[in-house]
Amino acid sequence: MALIRKSKQFKWHRKHLLGLRELSAEEITYILDTAKGFEQISTRSVKKAPPLRGKVVVNLFFEDSTRTRISFSLAASRLSADIIEFTKTLSSVSKGETLLDTAKNLEAMGIDIVVVRHSAGGAPRFLSKNMNACVINAGDGFCEHPTQGLLDVYTIWKIRGTLEGLKIAIVGDIAHSRVARSDMWAMTKLGAEVTFVGPPTLMPAEVARLPVKVSYSLDEVIEKVDVINMLRIQFERLGGNPFPSIREYSHYFGLTVERMKKAKSDIMVMHPGPINRGLEMESEVADGRNSVILEQVTNGLAVRMAVLFLVNQAAAQSK
Amino acid sequence: MSSELLIKNGRVIDPAGGIDKKCDVLIADGKIAEVGSINKTVQTVIDAEGKLVTPGLIDIHVHFREPGDEEEETIASGSMAAVAAGFTSVVCMPNTNPVIENETDIEYIHRKARQTRKTHVYTMGAITKGLQGVELAEMGFMAEAGAVGFTDDGRGVQDPAVMLRALKYAAMFDVFIAQHCQDDAIAGKGVMNSGYYSTILGLPGLDPLAEEAMLWRDIQLIKKTNVRYHAQHISTTGSVELIRQAKKDSLPVTCEVTPHHLLLTDECCAEYDTNYKVNPPLRSAKDVEALKQAIADGLIDALATDHAPHLQSEREIEFLTAPFGIASLECALALYIKALIEPGVLDWPGLIRMMTEKPAKIIGVDKGTLGKGKQADVTIIDPNAEYKIDVNTFHSKSRNCPYHGWTVKGKVEKTIVGGEIRFEA
Amino acid sequence: MKIILDSKQIEQVLRDLTNSIISDTPPDLDIAVIGIRSRGEVLAQRLSSRLSQELGKDVPCGTLDITLYRDDLNSPRGNSQPHVRTTEIGFNIDDKIIILVDDVLYTGRSTRAAMAALVDLGRSRAIKLAVLVDRVGREMPIHADYAGYKTDAAPGELVQVNLVESDGKDEVVIE
Repeated sequence: MALIRKSKQFKWHRKHLLGLRELSAEEITYILDTAKGFEQISTRSVKKAPPLRGKVVVNLFFEDSTRTRISFSLAASRLSADIIEFTKTLSSVSKGETLLDTAKNLEAMGIDIVVVRHSAGGAPRFLSKNMNACVINAGDGFCEHPTQGLLDVYTIWKIRGTLEGLKIAIVGDIAHSRVARSDMWAMTKLGAEVTFVGPPTLMPAEVARLPVKVSYSLDEVIEKVDVINMLRIQFERLGGNPFPSIREYSHYFGLTVERMKKAKSDIMVMHPGPINRGLEMESEVADGRNSVILEQVTNGLAVRMAVLFLVNQAAAQSK
Repeated sequence: MSSELLIKNGRVIDPAGGIDKKCDVLIADGKIAEVGSINKTVQTVIDAEGKLVTPGLIDIHVHFREPGDEEEETIASGSMAAVAAGFTSVVCMPNTNPVIENETDIEYIHRKARQTRKTHVYTMGAITKGLQGVELAEMGFMAEAGAVGFTDDGRGVQDPAVMLRALKYAAMFDVFIAQHCQDDAIAGKGVMNSGYYSTILGLPGLDPLAEEAMLWRDIQLIKKTNVRYHAQHISTTGSVELIRQAKKDSLPVTCEVTPHHLLLTDECCAEYDTNYKVNPPLRSAKDVEALKQAIADGLIDALATDHAPHLQSEREIEFLTAPFGIASLECALALYIKALIEPGVLDWPGLIRMMTEKPAKIIGVDKGTLGKGKQADVTIIDPNAEYKIDVNTFHSKSRNCPYHGWTVKGKVEKTIVGGEIRFEA
Repeated sequence: MKIILDSKQIEQVLRDLTNSIISDTPPDLDIAVIGIRSRGEVLAQRLSSRLSQELGKDVPCGTLDITLYRDDLNSPRGNSQPHVRTTEIGFNIDDKIIILVDDVLYTGRSTRAAMAALVDLGRSRAIKLAVLVDRVGREMPIHADYAGYKTDAAPGELVQVNLVESDGKDEVVIE
């Protein structure tokens, strides 16, 4: 795979990773390139390297998450950082402590990087303005999930070599999906053509102003795309009922073995996980030869290591 | 079915085909073979001299009460009433018991209709589960099973967010959404039109605003979603104006009117006769005039009966608590003639258009015309035959009809469905 | 700018390094060459092919990125920015004599980082350092086992190694 020759001029200066919308294509590519250098830490026998030795990383998760939190924990520990886990249920937030107070309290104990997931869009940005630590957004409301967007494009980049000209479909509850948004920013900046697919009731407002195409028919789109990313129907996030029943949803928008027959033979099937088997996709597709879902998880580690490394570097620079 | 049928010398009125002249119609293999001057020897010849020969009439709003209330009406009895009244196609409403809200229910109705072999029966599906106005019903599966559209008729969808969601969702399918416009909060416990008569009769009134507020709201939603929308049984001057503006704005909005809203007023309720209890209620004379004028202007698309059969026992109670509904399927044509032809609001082609071409277009079926190759649904009418309406001769199971004893003109002589004579007077 | 080694001299140095390594290494032991990115990598490739030729057996070559092991990651350093690249070592380093190759040995910090990295990759039999240029100014107790050219360039001067594969020509200059 062609490695982009890093220009000696390029400088990563961001102390925070809050979203992909404000990143340039060059910055995104730089992260992907850096991630490549971290992959082998996970495959060799001593799965550690020292760049974040002595640094404290806090996982500040106000929303339930298993895989993202574990991925960040593992990434931080592979870089020799110390990790503090902070989840809502175990915290003083239930006693009514504000987000800012929680953060300031942690900072007073001396922390370097905060990885934050919150149900309010913009919460990480708020923290970044009120703390000295680096802030990494692990998902804020339905605004962005930048590391997921990055690992998604990284996965595609590794297999296809480039995103330029690729046709990518993102299917599901687009209206409430931060993954869809982060993917959209990263993919379009890298030159891919993105189509949102789902029922009109799950499309965001003024979707026509976004740099994507929109389709209400998965059958029409499946034949044309090189990559398809199936989003999880998040029942806990659905307001009202945007579709009559699960079976009607999967009838029209589920990735079934039948639908896969119409797809290109080398189509990449992605999913941010966890999968509702039988709803977004049939088991045979999730486990099939086109699925790169497990690779996404592996790549997530390398990407998160790269992000932790880079924000820490920027912080060290600015001292 | 290879028998041929020749209808001779009738006044053939086919608004969709642009035909209004004295000529012949040849039917072969269940299809219209030819319309014109035909001299062929066939097995069956019908002499239609002095009669009108039209495409089979279509009623896009009936309640056949099956499943659930079969003692009031069944698909069989309703279909029989329909063909006796000259209707070759009807559209059933989904407010049965249980509600028609998935593909199995749709298939049930179709199967029952096939077994009956009288009129073509189409059905609509519910917009929301149980007509509760909260969760969307499975419109996709129902559309695939043949539902022509969706409505919560009997009720209106109260929550605008739910209605908006329903319209957005329906946009994925080629269907229309119909609304019984009634804002329940405004309507309250109203049982008749809110006005002078409700005041002196001491009955709670149903304000016209209840209909107009929801119609106005829906039109705003249509502006955003652009889904085919049909306002059922409009009854007020205000509703007419809303429709007028919507059509001016080129929105995909259609509407229908019932016979009772063209012939009766709220004054009829003065004796507390439950035969006049209907929803939307009988309105004022001014509203009747506005509706007739709207018909003359071509603003109203279809005539539909809202045939709502009820048991005698259900109607022999206080006006306040009796169920709403008039069952007028069987005398519909005569009523329209009385309301529109006799006072000169419409001519015959105009009337037939509102009972054939226009309703077919609303529900999106290839009917309502005598075009060559089309399925042979034909109605033969004697426009001059005078008779007295006798509810006891109805094929319908129910008798809740205020026109008993009325002297009317216009009788259906024969009804041909798919080339088969399924009713003969 | 002063050229201290031209392409012919570089050739000679590499020949000398090759011979030293061969005479130093018992023939029955496995050796492998690992270059420190980025110019060390080029030199390592040249060295490993020479060694393979002379020994008549394949001497494997790998590339080591030491960015993650640098000791200056957490201090500001003005304009330069550490770029993390890939480490590509396609063989097991256990029990092999590793010839670590770099272009210039100066403070010794890069070598220390490289050794830390190698230790995380396995347990080699021995690590030996081979450099093209050895200049004065150690900040760590590190020495080159095989030093090509010794120079006493002053602290403010830059010793720049240019190689055909990366810079178009072979020469070592002091700026």
